Order: sequence, then structure tokens, then C-alpha cells
Amino acid sequence: MDLLEHQGKEFFASYGLPTSPGEVAFDPGEAVAAAERIGYPVVVKAQVHAGGRGKAGGIKPASDVGEVRRSAEAILGLDIGGHIVRRLWIEKAADIAEEYYAGFTLDRSARRHLGMLSAQGGVDIEEVAATAPEAIARIHIDPTEGLAAEACRRWVADAGLNPAVSDQAVDLLSLLYRAYVEGDADLVEINPLIVTGEGLLHVLDAKVTLDGNASFRHPGYAAYDETVERDEREQDAHARGLQYVGLDGTVGVIANGAGLAMATVDIVDEAGGVPANFLDIGGGANADVMSAALEVVDGDPAVRSIFINIFGGITKGEEVARGIIEALSRVDIASPIVLRLDGTNAAEGREMLRPYLSDSLRLAPDMVQAARMAVTAAASAGTDDSVAAASAGTDDSVAAAEAGEGRP
Amino acid sequence: MSIFVDENTRVVYQGLTGTAGRYYGLLNRDYGTQVVAGTHPRKAGSDVDGIPVFATVGDAVAATGVDASCIFVPAPGVPAAVAEAAEGGVRFIVVITEGVPMHDEARTFARLQRHHPEVRLLGPNCPGVISPGRCNIGITAGHIARPGGPVGIVSRSGTLTYQALHELAEKGIGCTTCVGIGGDPVPGTNFIDCLAAFEEDPETEAVMLIGEIGGSAEEEAAEFIAEHLSKPVVAYIAGMTAPAGKKMGHAGAIVSGGRGTAAAKVEALSAAGVRVGSNPTAAGEIMAEVVASL
Repeated sequence: MDLLEHQGKEFFASYGLPTSPGEVAFDPGEAVAAAERIGYPVVVKAQVHAGGRGKAGGIKPASDVGEVRRSAEAILGLDIGGHIVRRLWIEKAADIAEEYYAGFTLDRSARRHLGMLSAQGGVDIEEVAATAPEAIARIHIDPTEGLAAEACRRWVADAGLNPAVSDQAVDLLSLLYRAYVEGDADLVEINPLIVTGEGLLHVLDAKVTLDGNASFRHPGYAAYDETVERDEREQDAHARGLQYVGLDGTVGVIANGAGLAMATVDIVDEAGGVPANFLDIGGGANADVMSAALEVVDGDPAVRSIFINIFGGITKGEEVARGIIEALSRVDIASPIVLRLDGTNAAEGREMLRPYLSDSLRLAPDMVQAARMAVTAAASAGTDDSVAAASAGTDDSVAAAEAGEGRP
Repeated sequence: MSIFVDENTRVVYQGLTGTAGRYYGLLNRDYGTQVVAGTHPRKAGSDVDGIPVFATVGDAVAATGVDASCIFVPAPGVPAAVAEAAEGGVRFIVVITEGVPMHDEARTFARLQRHHPEVRLLGPNCPGVISPGRCNIGITAGHIARPGGPVGIVSRSGTLTYQALHELAEKGIGCTTCVGIGGDPVPGTNFIDCLAAFEEDPETEAVMLIGEIGGSAEEEAAEFIAEHLSKPVVAYIAGMTAPAGKKMGHAGAIVSGGRGTAAAKVEALSAAGVRVGSNPTAAGEIMAEVVASL
């Protein structure tokens, strides 16, 4: 669960990290009122779940009422990486002498925590990581030992920070590590971590990803979840408890299990189609979850066919068939459905489905043929503009890999 | 032979008295697994369909000689359950429970390494391990797996583990052991642990590896395969066409350094001599060729 900057700063401040005073604002009037209370100069900052805010014009300094109003008007409504700005953070401006980077996350390969610290913080930290990796000092931390003061001191020295702030850095990093562990964060990151004109270390930006699995011991997490942005389809699916990710294509995908759902998306692509979504209905396939899944997928106007890919393990084929038959009796589905049913008692399940088969519900002998049938059905069903637009495709990136690292 | 478990493995179920623990515990017993004990702090002396329940794993070890544990307790109780199993004396711990916080996983793994280096943890959030015809610990439907070998399977994804077993069984190919390591951030057993064990297992002659996008476990497996594996490996990586996600922070990119995409994984595995199928069925077909040429 990703926090907005101001939520991340409130999270950090609750562990004693030094952040600037600020207020949230939803319109220019609120922004001005906040700035008047805080005192000038201030910085008006877009609050969205996306990086590159500065380069997109989402962060502006302001030294009087007119500037705050103009900045707020300019930033609200901006599209930053596909996110529309609806919320601002008005913060007391800081005097920046130096910019560092500090962060903690899990190093999956080492199965230990990893701290990263650099004297070359700021917007281009990833470029620093790629071109001058030695400029980022790393420390592996055994979770049973924590961040020992002596190790932290050596780490700070390795990073080449201004020696005048070494003691402060050791203290701040210890607090940041505490926030990471006790706050159950998957990631905490301060970029930039600045040295002010008075020589004080200060948190100027905050990136925090909390672990939703730990919400049972953090009642405050619920408030953060409310600000997570989802598109309309994702919102609908989330409300029904389904694992759904919207994509740009025309072939709706429903599968049981995250891995199988991913493989289904792959196989649709391989068959020449473009998937409309990723939807994992989990282990079982009862009528409730199946009808909810069908409604969510069919509710996407771009969808032209639906590929249901079920592998019955413990869940028997008859139960899957019963779920589908009942789901179809409850909801009216516009797009033709292609079903692949394999695994435990698949033959019995297919036999039960036989009387219900038609052009709008077809049974495929295996996964590969099912994908071909669904892709053909999608292609022949729609030729309007939305289909062409929807076929624009998707691209792979490091971010996709990071998305994959997140837990469902 | 098989890896990690065999027909002599004796298992205690922590959480046998709960709904899921009872359901899968009894299914595993029906399959032929020696499910000889359960635990519950307040139900010692009772039984679940004839399986005796003890207060602690230590009591179960003393009374029944169990050497493995399967954990079905709710996520908040997992760290304590793993510690109890390790201290109680079992050597192999399988955690099926999903939703365990990352920091709990990291602490639990580090504690085991430090205080019980001889104990192997599988999971959390994994389907378990099955050596067809001998032992099934976890939630895999045993009958979809064909006994006998010569293929060992290791998978990061639950349902794709079943798919892999199914693809091989359809082609008449048996499996020595199928290990579902789960996709959580800190897996107790990883690809490399399983690859090393399959290399040592004389009955396993080829290995099927099922990975997915994210992290760099597949890339590290590729390095290990290039250096240490004499047996052929066939792979499938799920998420070849996964879209770009929302990106938060830089730490992930700094850590991974461009690794993690399906393309990077396929490239690393191919460079290590692994044949990679473009989908699970294609991987099964490649494995059939490999087995035919053994």
C-alpha cells in the first residue's frame, strides 16, 4: 500500500523524524488559507501516487498569496503519469544546502534488509545507481540484530556525507529503520534527505509502502487504503474482493490463481489477442465469486470475449461447473465466453456443462485452443473505434517487475 | 528417491483442529502421508478423526517421533508456530498460511538460520510439497500428480504448480518431487535450495522450473544452473506480457538493477542452457522431448 507524500511524512514524523510543517488542501482557497497559517515562503506539492512530480510541474515554490493561488490552480487537475492531481500539500519551504538519499527495503536475494545511503541524492538517484553504483553505500541488516550503532556509523562514513552531519545521520537512520520495521513498511525512502542552511538533516520527500498483510496490528492502515487510486473497474472489483488489474485489450480473463491468471494473459497475447484484464478468483470457483467476476469483466465496455481458465485442484470439476451454471443464471453476460476446465474431475464437469453450451458459452479442449477461440471471438465481435484504441498494447518495464514483487 | 520428504516422513499438523487444517490434514492422510499428530494448546488429549492432538510440537515429537510439521495457523500466529516447531525438534517445516507480514517472514527466517540451521522451512504462502505416491504435505490435489519420475518440479506459483504436474501427467511423465516454494518476499526454501537437492537426487533426471516476474530469484537460479547443474532444466516464466505497474520510489530499481522483467529472466535462463517454454503447455512439450532423449 503506497502512501502519498504527506501521509509518508506524517508516518515518519510519528517516529520522530524531522519533517516540515504543512497542510493538505483540495482547492486554491484552502491552499491560500494553509499558506497563511504556515507562513511564507511555502512549496505547493501535488499529492499523487506517481514519481516525477517535479519534472511534470507538480511542485512549485510560492512566496505570497498570489503565487500560492496561481500554483494551486496550475497543479490541481494536472495529469502526472496518468494520475489526476486532486490533493495538494502546502509545506513550509526549506533552505537546501545538500541533497542526500536514504532508504530501507528487503533484499529478496539475501533474505535480509538492505539500507541504501548516498551523498548524491535528488531526482537522478536511479541514474547514479546505474552509472556510479559505488556512490550508493549499502548495508545488509540481520532482522534479528537490527541496525547496530557502530555498523550504522561505518555505513554513514562509507556514504561520504558531510562529516558535520555524521552524528545526526546515525540518529536519523536509526529512527528511519525503526519506522521501517515497527511500521511494517515494505519500503521507506527519503529522497532528498537534505542538509539545511543551518546544517540540520531534514526530510524533504517521503516514499513509503506499507505491507497490507500487517494491517491486523496497525488499525491506522485503513485510512491510507481509502486514498489508494483505482480505476472504475478496479474499484468495482476491489469492492467485491477480487484480485483485478485493468489492461487495455478486448479479451476478458478470469482464472483461478495468480500464476494461472498471469499465464492466461500471456497465452492470450501469444494467440494474437490483447487481454482486457488480469483477474484471479482464488482457489475455488463457486457461483458467488464467478458471477461477481463475470459482472466485473463484462462491465468493461472494451471487452468483446471472455476467457475463463480454471484448473481444478482440490476444487472438483463438478463444483466449478455448478458455479458457472449458477453464475450464468444470475447475471446477463453480453460477451461470448470460452471456458477451459481441467484438473480434478474435469470430464464430469464438462459433461454437466454440455446442455448449456451455445455460441455464447463454448468449451475448449485445452488452454492454448481456448485462447485462440477467445481471441477469434473478440476480433469478430467488435470492429468499432474502442477496439482499435484498446489494441494499442502494453509495454514491459522495470516497473512491471516491481509490480510483480508486490503482494496481491 | 525424492527430496525433502519420502514415505517415512511423519508429520504433525499445527492447526489440525481448524477448518482448513482438518480438511487438508485428512486429505493428506488419505493420500498416504503419515499424518500422525496435531497440536492445539488447549485441546491436548483429543483427536481429529483418530489423529491424536498434543499441546505442543515438542510433546508430539516425544510421543510420535514426527520429523516434519505442516502449519495452517492464522498469519499472526505463524512466527510463534515456526519457532515452536523448530524448538520442538522437527527438521522440516511447511507453512501453507498466506498473508504473513514481510517483517515477520524476515525475522522468522533469520532466527531459524541463527538458532536452527539444520531446519528447512518451506513457505510461507506455498502449496507445499508432494512426492507422488509417497508423501503429500499441503494443499496439492495428489491425484493430478503421476509418481515415478524422472522430473523434479520447483515452482513459485501455486496454480501453475498444479498446471505443471498436469502437463507432465498428460504426457505420461512422472514426478519425483514437486516443491511449491511460494511467491512471498522471504521464502524459507528458494529455487537454488531445490535445484541443489534435485542435482543430488539420483532419481531426478530433469528439472522443471516455474517462475514469475518480479525479484531476481530466476536470474540467481540461472547462475546456479550454469555452474552447478548437470541435469537438463526446462522453464516457464509467468507474466511475459504483464503491463507496467505504478512505480513507487527508487529502491526497487536500485536493488534489481534492471533484473526482474520476464524478458530478463528468460534471457538469463536461456544463457544458462535452460530451454524456456512460452506458456505452460509449451514447457510441458519441451520437457517431453527432454525426457524422451534421456
